Amino acid sequence: MSQTTVSVPAARYIPQGRLGIWILIAGELIIFGGLIACYLLYRLRFPEWGAQAAHTSTLLGAINTLVLLTSSYTIVRAHSASLEREKTKIIKWMIATISLGFVFLAIKTIEYSNEISHGFTLTSPSLVKAGDSVGANFWSFYYFMTGLHATHVIVGMIIMTAAIFQVKKEKNFHRVELAGLYWHMVDIIWIFLFPLLYIAK
Amino acid sequence: MSTTKEGFWRKYVFSTDHKIIGKQYTITGLIMALVGGYLAYVFRMNLAFPGKAIPVFGELGPQQYNAFVTIHGMIMFFWVAMPILLAGLGNLLIPLMIGTDDMAFPTVNMISFWIFLLSTIILIASFFVPGGASAGGWTLYPPLSANGYVNESPDFFPTLFSGTPLLILAVALEFTSMLMGGINFLTTTINKRAPGLTPFRLPLYVWFSNIASLIFMFSVGPLVAGALMLLMDIVTGTGFYNAYRGGDPILFQHLFWFFGHPEVYVVLLPSLGVTAEIISTFSRKPLFAYKGIIYLALIAAVLSVVVWAHHQFIAGIDPRMATFFSVGTIIISIPFAAIILSFISTLWGGAIRLKMPMLWAIAGMGTFLVGGLTGLFLGSSTFDIYAHDTYFVVAHFHFVLIPVVFFGTFAAIYYWYPKFFGRMLDERLGKIHLFLTVTSFIFFAFPLFFSGLGGEHRRIYEYSSFNSLMIGPYPAIRVISTVATIIMISSQLLIIINVLRSYRKGKIAGKNPWESNTLEWQTDSPPPHGNFESYPEVFRGAYDFSLPGKEKDFFPQNEK
Repeated sequence: MSQTTVSVPAARYIPQGRLGIWILIAGELIIFGGLIACYLLYRLRFPEWGAQAAHTSTLLGAINTLVLLTSSYTIVRAHSASLEREKTKIIKWMIATISLGFVFLAIKTIEYSNEISHGFTLTSPSLVKAGDSVGANFWSFYYFMTGLHATHVIVGMIIMTAAIFQVKKEKNFHRVELAGLYWHMVDIIWIFLFPLLYIAK
Repeated sequence: MSTTKEGFWRKYVFSTDHKIIGKQYTITGLIMALVGGYLAYVFRMNLAFPGKAIPVFGELGPQQYNAFVTIHGMIMFFWVAMPILLAGLGNLLIPLMIGTDDMAFPTVNMISFWIFLLSTIILIASFFVPGGASAGGWTLYPPLSANGYVNESPDFFPTLFSGTPLLILAVALEFTSMLMGGINFLTTTINKRAPGLTPFRLPLYVWFSNIASLIFMFSVGPLVAGALMLLMDIVTGTGFYNAYRGGDPILFQHLFWFFGHPEVYVVLLPSLGVTAEIISTFSRKPLFAYKGIIYLALIAAVLSVVVWAHHQFIAGIDPRMATFFSVGTIIISIPFAAIILSFISTLWGGAIRLKMPMLWAIAGMGTFLVGGLTGLFLGSSTFDIYAHDTYFVVAHFHFVLIPVVFFGTFAAIYYWYPKFFGRMLDERLGKIHLFLTVTSFIFFAFPLFFSGLGGEHRRIYEYSSFNSLMIGPYPAIRVISTVATIIMISSQLLIIINVLRSYRKGKIAGKNPWESNTLEWQTDSPPPHGNFESYPEVFRGAYDFSLPGKEKDFFPQNEK
């Protein structure tokens, strides 16, 4: 290139990745928003779903809420460490966050196995046989919504692992913030799912 | 800039360059248009000459007929309109029009194309699985699409690899790809504009493709969740939409049309953007009410998500709701009417150059008006209850979508081909192609209004058991419409010849063959790697034509 009078206009206004991830989060929230709206419409139509919701474990759900909220704190610590570019600190807090993600998934697995052993599955054939097909539909929603959320938890953990490898090579420190933004979104979605599926009985 | 030589694969196949990705999208879309056209040819032949063997196909069974109608709709919307008008043109034009080197996330861009190609392969593959492709109509309404819920506990894998689940997977992947594209478009336009290129100096195509991406991102979310629920209904036997299981099939209709109606504007807006660029350039006049058009499009974008239930007037929705959606539908025609009026005002008193892009833009606007006006009829619930699911609706949306998708695409091809391939397309061949396509299109679609009003329902394999439709003009209309379809499809050979021949033999275009203002015309044709020799700075709006006291009648955005 001989005469480049104006440099390539990269990231003129807002850091590129941050803008992209915010738009992604907006899209994700609309996916979950649509799903939650469908759930609410059914929930208002069928008050008998309350009886099914009573079979979910509020205690385990509350512990899981606490776990996710704590993980939001740890990722914030990782972010503030990334501003100082303190490699070991970032990795420490990121690993803490990922471990809390594993704790969340483990508790979720315990819940699922409890519920499945009581006959509440994705299609709940025992409920359908007993004539309560409306109640069976609650469990379809329960597994679909929590399952889709758990998928996002796993994706978030993968993103953080990838960010750790970047930080190890001392580059792309800003990706810690991007992973954090995504993780907060996963957290916020859970804050909506918890009362809807566990508390509203 | 590094001058490392890239290998063939890196440069033309797994490329992160927005120009290559844009061409990949556009070419895939055009090939899929041929596939969709072939399906249309086969089922139109069956309608005109039921029971006869169809040349280049053979005999068409009822199940296949339904599958072909379904996949024709799916292909034309999601594998032709979206990839060409939004992803293809957006990728080709946005970085050039805003004066930058590439998209904000080139790798994401490449991945999004490959996801799109995967979705295309899955869609085509769905024809060859046992049971054939999905045959429940392109709207995928349950319970029909869910096999009527005959199977309470389906086998997971055999069901997953059957027509409808594969179609849902393909559509889901296509949505993912377009969402990634949308993130790229918005980020690129917000972040990477050339210095001085304020929002109200952007070319309208950039505005409109960004508004379209926004509408798409806002409306598609609920359907992504909804389509996954339908998939679970089919492959695992859940009852989200199964009335017998406490679900509600109408919910899917709401989710589908909450996306499906805004989707019309997602393809309409980029096409209008193309028209705006061309109308202004070839009238040698500033675009009439540039800012007004942008505000109108934003208003239309907001309104577009509150009109969806006008597709469900006969689905048993509350009459009070029907009134709301009728009124909304009629209101949303106002911004679009005003946009078309601005285009006509731009033509008014201009020094019009009737080149091929301009001819296509005018043909597109003229025929689109018919589609828009009949949309007003259908928006009113009283009329829609009578005309619903008849050929009146078919004629209406073909009068909307063929001008928007195909005439818009042709206009864009004639206008920007010189930019991306460095050579002009042949005008004389182009005029024959235009005449054949537009006339045969009118002969194909216009008579269908009358058969629709006569009560001819769509998605019917053959009409021999409907006595009133076997007498009078109706059999003749089916034949006329079919013959016109065949002429329309076969005349596309001309543009294929034109594009291929001009690639080697066309007149050399030079930088700015149409004497236009926007930034993409200020660089070489085809643009070099990195797009600009020196990155431009912008001093004015995109449509400063015929300024008084200027020697030239155009004034490029980057000239002081």
